[in-house]
Amino acid sequence: MESGLTFNLVPWVVFLPLIGLGINLLFGRKLGEIFSGTVASLATGLAFVVSILLAVALAGHPEGVTVPLADWITIGSLTVRWAFRVDTLSVVMMLVVSGVGTLIHIYSIGYMHNDVRHNGDEGRFTRFFVYLNLFIAAMMILVSADNFLMMFVGWEGVGLCSYLLIGFWFEKGKNGIGNAEAAKKAFITNRVGDFGLLVAMFLIFVNFGTFQFDAVFSQAAAVAAAKPGIMLAITLFMLLGVTGKSAQLPLYVWLPDAMAGPTPVSALIHAATMVTAGVYLMTRSSAFYALVPTAQSVVMWVGAATALFAATIAIGQYDIKKVLAYSTISQLGFMVAAVGMGATVAGMFHLVTHAFFKGLLFLAAGSVIQGVERGMHHGDHNTDPQDMRQMGGLRKQMPVTFWVYLIGALALSGIAPLAGFFSKDEILASAWKSQPGIFIVLALAAFMTAFYMGRQLVLVFFGEPRSTAAKGASESKLVVTLPLMILAGLSVLGGLLNFPGLLTLEKWLGHTLGEGEPAHFVWVVAGISLVLALLGLGLGWMIYSRKNEKVFVDPLKKALGPLFTAMENKWWVDELYTVVILNPYKAFAQFMAEPVDLGVIDRIGGGLAAGTRVLAEGLRKLENGYLRSYGLLMLLGLAAILTWLFLH
Amino acid sequence: MTLNLFIFLALAFIAIAAAAGLIISRNTVYSALFLIINFLAVAVIYLVMGAPFIALAQITVYAGAIMVLFLFVIMLLGAEKPKEIEQMKWQRPLAIILSGAILVEGVYALITRVAVTVTTSPATTLLSDPKTLGISLYTKYSLPFEITSVILLVAAIGAVVLTKKTKKEAGK
Amino acid sequence: MIPIVYPLSLAAILFVIGIVGFLVRKNAIVIFMCLELMFNAANLVFITFTNYYQLIDGQAFVVFIMTIAAAEVAVGLALIVAIFRTKHSIDIDQMNSLKG
Repeated sequence: MESGLTFNLVPWVVFLPLIGLGINLLFGRKLGEIFSGTVASLATGLAFVVSILLAVALAGHPEGVTVPLADWITIGSLTVRWAFRVDTLSVVMMLVVSGVGTLIHIYSIGYMHNDVRHNGDEGRFTRFFVYLNLFIAAMMILVSADNFLMMFVGWEGVGLCSYLLIGFWFEKGKNGIGNAEAAKKAFITNRVGDFGLLVAMFLIFVNFGTFQFDAVFSQAAAVAAAKPGIMLAITLFMLLGVTGKSAQLPLYVWLPDAMAGPTPVSALIHAATMVTAGVYLMTRSSAFYALVPTAQSVVMWVGAATALFAATIAIGQYDIKKVLAYSTISQLGFMVAAVGMGATVAGMFHLVTHAFFKGLLFLAAGSVIQGVERGMHHGDHNTDPQDMRQMGGLRKQMPVTFWVYLIGALALSGIAPLAGFFSKDEILASAWKSQPGIFIVLALAAFMTAFYMGRQLVLVFFGEPRSTAAKGASESKLVVTLPLMILAGLSVLGGLLNFPGLLTLEKWLGHTLGEGEPAHFVWVVAGISLVLALLGLGLGWMIYSRKNEKVFVDPLKKALGPLFTAMENKWWVDELYTVVILNPYKAFAQFMAEPVDLGVIDRIGGGLAAGTRVLAEGLRKLENGYLRSYGLLMLLGLAAILTWLFLH
Repeated sequence: MTLNLFIFLALAFIAIAAAAGLIISRNTVYSALFLIINFLAVAVIYLVMGAPFIALAQITVYAGAIMVLFLFVIMLLGAEKPKEIEQMKWQRPLAIILSGAILVEGVYALITRVAVTVTTSPATTLLSDPKTLGISLYTKYSLPFEITSVILLVAAIGAVVLTKKTKKEAGK
Repeated sequence: MIPIVYPLSLAAILFVIGIVGFLVRKNAIVIFMCLELMFNAANLVFITFTNYYQLIDGQAFVVFIMTIAAAEVAVGLALIVAIFRTKHSIDIDQMNSLKG
């Protein structure tokens, strides 16, 4: 196929999921679960095939191509089109999104079936796949956009899908609205971030006159030289948007709550794809960041601080998904720090490998949860299927899940030669070379990562089952475990993407991001990171594998005391936000609602009406039916006219 | 010319007195009679000004027909001495004040703006002749003339219709 | 021969007296009579100017006014009679059903 024709296929990465969701909307409910799931997975799978074709075509044409679709806005000098940018960076994202997405769709067919059985509402199954396809479509718009405005459409679209999917079981959760509240929190926190992104876009428009990536980035140097303050503002506001979408400090608080959604959602949106949109944005805008060293420092430190902070919280969590959620935040911190340091290729590499092993971990966690739920049918109904304190010894009951989980955990911890080792190592190497402070923070975070993963492995899979539910757990079906195995394979082999020496990804991305200095493999750093990982895992093993009591008490509680309580309670950040931001805001809203809105504004409206009535009643007295008073009024008029004439 | 002036002033005095009597009198019949005196005084003034036809028409139509009609209705309704209960206390003073203001303004305007030397002319035969009036009525003002006749017809019919007893009232 | 001011002032005075009477009295018939007084004052002005300008048109106007006044009195008095039949009073203040 000639490359020109292939590139024109790019709109299909968006349209195929949309067609899938359309079919599901119209026919899904009637035609059953297997049909809905297959249609959705097929749509995403075909999008993956298109992405592969695009990648192949791009190999011969590496500078990238813009495929315009239609004109969108033409006002004055502003022209915004629906145009797709096919270049190496966007194709990488497309492959990740559609590839991991397809696997998760297949997994969901099996996973959500159990859910429907428990909740008894068949329509929900279809709705889930409609939302998932909508998400894929929106994410594809985001990554293939040619200009900031179209990207923002995708940005908002994935935010919407995140809301819809987090609150999927909308009647469940704490007090019956917990899930809905989590969805609301995600949406609103993202909104705060989006405000930052919007301001950045406005500044871009005012100073560059266009939204299109190529046009903007080519002018970037000139504008930065003329107006450095503006460039700083743009980069920092964009960072605000990234902290919202990619869950960095201070806007990360929605991600742990988002675990209220079904596990496939957590895997797809909150591990592999949506949260990486921020990293993608910053990589795409690396031309900006390269021009403003101050912004780069801010980004780096935000990322590194987030990585460390989230890792500490992960150590104190008992919910299996919450540990993974904080781990995601921490790994995103790694990626953001990498982009901040200028090592954009390292950041993207880690993004890809993280999608593999974090997606794997979440899906495997889902398998564990459903295994324990199956165990609960044997009588024990009081267990929280997500609480690690009530698991244990599951490696005997769920062997496949155990092995894939182990692979994922080792990859995340950074054990060679799994994928995570290479990607994390590259980030650490860049830090070692240029930013020693960052290196220390990130190394500490890496150590903690290994530690809490070891803790999780031991608590879930080793030792003796701590509840009847855990004793009765059973392995999941093939439709669930097959994607797990595929992802495990990818986690093992992912390192080849940017293997030192071959540097395939770096050369590939170099066509879009510009030639940086090629990453050298620094043996010292590799050694340090490997040692830290093994140390962390070993420490976790040692501390947690000794206890065999019936009631689980975390040994770190005694060792660290108040520090552990703080980690358990997420350093009370949510409570802080509630007191400092939410409560004053609610009080303010209450104030505006009652005294101001009801009191003042409604009174103004009511006052006008009442005033009119009073005026009308007053004037009505003139019409009293007495002829003589009418005559008097006429006389009054006459006297007035005569006086006026007289005076003139 | 002082004779003319003297006559005029006397007639004016009578007219004003009659008008005042009209509005002050409590007895309705007395008010009607005062009005007749007023009409007569003004008719003589017309005569002095050289409009004899109009003067006699005034006496005939106004004093003779209209006032008689008034007296008929007064007698018919038995309204010689109605009760006078004032309901709007402020009406009277306000009316008097405003009217006084108008009067003062009007007279002042007249006195200051119209020179005293502007006088009426003596009566001429031309203007006094009904023939002149008749010619102008039938030629220049023929349309209003015809319309006036229609109005009179309508008024006659209207008066009859308005006072016709309906069947219900007739049955009482 | 007499200054024009005097007849005009007389007309003004008669007119104002008519207005005052119209507004002050409560008897419907007396109010009507005050209307006639006002008409009369207007007639006087017309005749005065006929004499002054030596034009016959003023007298023609007076003819019309008189005719119309006659017609109006006829209809008006018929109305008063009709009202008296229902209200049994010619107090103008009692004819206030059109209030509101």
